[in-house]
Amino acid sequence: MRLRKITEPVFERLIKICGYSSGFIVLLIVIFLFKEGISFFNLSPVDEGSMLWVHNSNSVQELDAAQIKDIFDQKINNWQTVGGKDLPIRLFTLDEVGKAFTAEQLGPKFEYLPKCIDSYMDSLPGAIGFFPEKQTAGLLKSAKAVEVDKVSFSSFISDTEWFPTSRPAARMGIMPLLLGTLLVSFFAILIALPLGLAASIYLAEIADERVRKILKPVIELLAGIPSVVYGFFGLVVIVPFVQNAFNLPVGETALAGSIVLAIMALPTIITVSEDALRTTPRAMKEASLALGASKWQTIRKVIVPYAASGITAAAILGIGRAIGETMAALMVTGNSAIMPHSLLQPVRTIPATIAAELGEAPFGGLHFKALFALGCILFIITLIINLLVERVSAKRR
Amino acid sequence: MKNLKFLFLAIPLFLASCGGDGSQNAGAEGTEATTSISVKGSDTVLPLSQKEAEEFMKTNPGAAITVVGGGSGTGITALLDGSTDICMSSRDLKIDERLKFTDKGMELKEVTIGFDALSVIVHPDNKVSQLTREQLEKIFTGEIKNWKEVGGDDAQIVAYSRESSSGTYEFFKEHVMDKKNYASAVLNMPATGAIVQSISQTKGAIGYIGLAYMTPSVKALSVSYDAGKTFVPPSIQGAKDKSYPVARPLYYFYDGKNEGKVKAFVDYVLSDIGQQHVSESGYVPVK
Repeated sequence: MRLRKITEPVFERLIKICGYSSGFIVLLIVIFLFKEGISFFNLSPVDEGSMLWVHNSNSVQELDAAQIKDIFDQKINNWQTVGGKDLPIRLFTLDEVGKAFTAEQLGPKFEYLPKCIDSYMDSLPGAIGFFPEKQTAGLLKSAKAVEVDKVSFSSFISDTEWFPTSRPAARMGIMPLLLGTLLVSFFAILIALPLGLAASIYLAEIADERVRKILKPVIELLAGIPSVVYGFFGLVVIVPFVQNAFNLPVGETALAGSIVLAIMALPTIITVSEDALRTTPRAMKEASLALGASKWQTIRKVIVPYAASGITAAAILGIGRAIGETMAALMVTGNSAIMPHSLLQPVRTIPATIAAELGEAPFGGLHFKALFALGCILFIITLIINLLVERVSAKRR
Repeated sequence: MKNLKFLFLAIPLFLASCGGDGSQNAGAEGTEATTSISVKGSDTVLPLSQKEAEEFMKTNPGAAITVVGGGSGTGITALLDGSTDICMSSRDLKIDERLKFTDKGMELKEVTIGFDALSVIVHPDNKVSQLTREQLEKIFTGEIKNWKEVGGDDAQIVAYSRESSSGTYEFFKEHVMDKKNYASAVLNMPATGAIVQSISQTKGAIGYIGLAYMTPSVKALSVSYDAGKTFVPPSIQGAKDKSYPVARPLYYFYDGKNEGKVKAFVDYVLSDIGQQHVSESGYVPVK
């Protein structure tokens, strides 16, 4: 008895600590996510430690990231297009300086580099140069620095191009990624919900105990398969199937992604909605049957309406599962960051983008922070979904 | 409360060690061994370096070599701040990186340990068997969209690329696409295996893979870098004598002052047996 007096408070405290610390960890991760994500804004899209230069006589003062990308992709070839004089644009890079001058001219420690750039730049009135800040800031007489618009929240949300590794200026518009994610998840749930609902009704009401005992664990097993297996299955089976069925030039499409994600969301939907269906009081069912309703009528008019909020919760949880899915989406959707116009096109989702790019993004750099900002967006979407689930299931009580 | 404080410390530390450099612990591990070398950088060179390190340690029990990936850029940064002894790289140093080494007063040594050649591949049923660099550039920047524009059937071109994190992505962009950006419509695949799989099942597909990954389920194209005068099919021999243009050297960079420590390993990689591992890993040996 005495022992219990000591052990019980100890256990109680231990459990309390566990509860607090898990909450604390979640909080810490969220803070970390948002700290990194928010610091992304108001950075310059130009490579850190680098500057863009144009010839002194050039009237262009300011460029945005989209213009810089088009200039360096040689899609914009004349200064007139960006508000300057009628003069062809000449790209001028450090590599070119390295080739134009001998090592001796550059100096053993590159001490004459600014001079070399300067003299070269002077002869090219249409030039736009891209050099490390340290070697050029305040040292060039023939050129002036171009101001580049900072990354803003509105451009991050509304821009339609995602080129995070484009040099000299990165383009980070998440619109195609956001729409891609929502499109794939929405259609995934459109496929999964009828299937999942039918399966859960069968399991809850129609299947006899023996079948149910086998089927239920098998369906729950679906949730335990690693997502990369689903991804590979999708790539080898679903992708060619979609390609042949619709006679498409390419099979990695939003539809293929939706089908794979639908399969992955099925266990969640089935388990949650079956539980909801099972909460229908026995008295209610029996009353319905006693009134002469058939089994199907009882299911349709009594059981499903009673469990409606639980089924909605299942659907929303399923969407949550689909939105956050990384590996399978990465493997079957084709990952082209284009604005989705149809289901039969490749798309790129937010989680796939983070997974594919975080590995190589320099720690703490612009790209790294942009991916965290993407994570924040995803977090907000899932938070909204979870709040919806809370509201919907609160209604039941 | 104590464990909460611990968490506060542990999580940022954990994250820092993930994103930063895992090679710091290399020194600690090798305290008993006579030499400990850390090698860091390109993921392309990573499997090769791991193999070389394993074999080297078999014959030199006193050596402890840690090999870490992370990309050429990561390796170069690590070499700069002294947290690795050798940097593996699948690209040449840029002039601004050379500037940083000079700033630090390092004597940079570079050794070419092998070559990696890229094959441009299409579906085996594709009629097209050769393309010029300019045509490839236009295909991947989205200017050419139909196979009939390059002498094939009237079918849409579906271009596959690696993800932007891959060194191959950068290499192709710099050497084939004249540093222009890929079109948004290009499909990005997470692995070379996925590219091969997709191209073998997509009629209008085109993509690029390391020479080592060639399989009969896809067809390799001959490439011309002189506007169509000569077309060269990808081959190990072609990469070695530089007649095949889409090939790149693989490097080890190290600080000259550190040479005594790393020389044995670098020499081993360049030796006959080391170069044999290079060809076994699917790359082209230097000799």
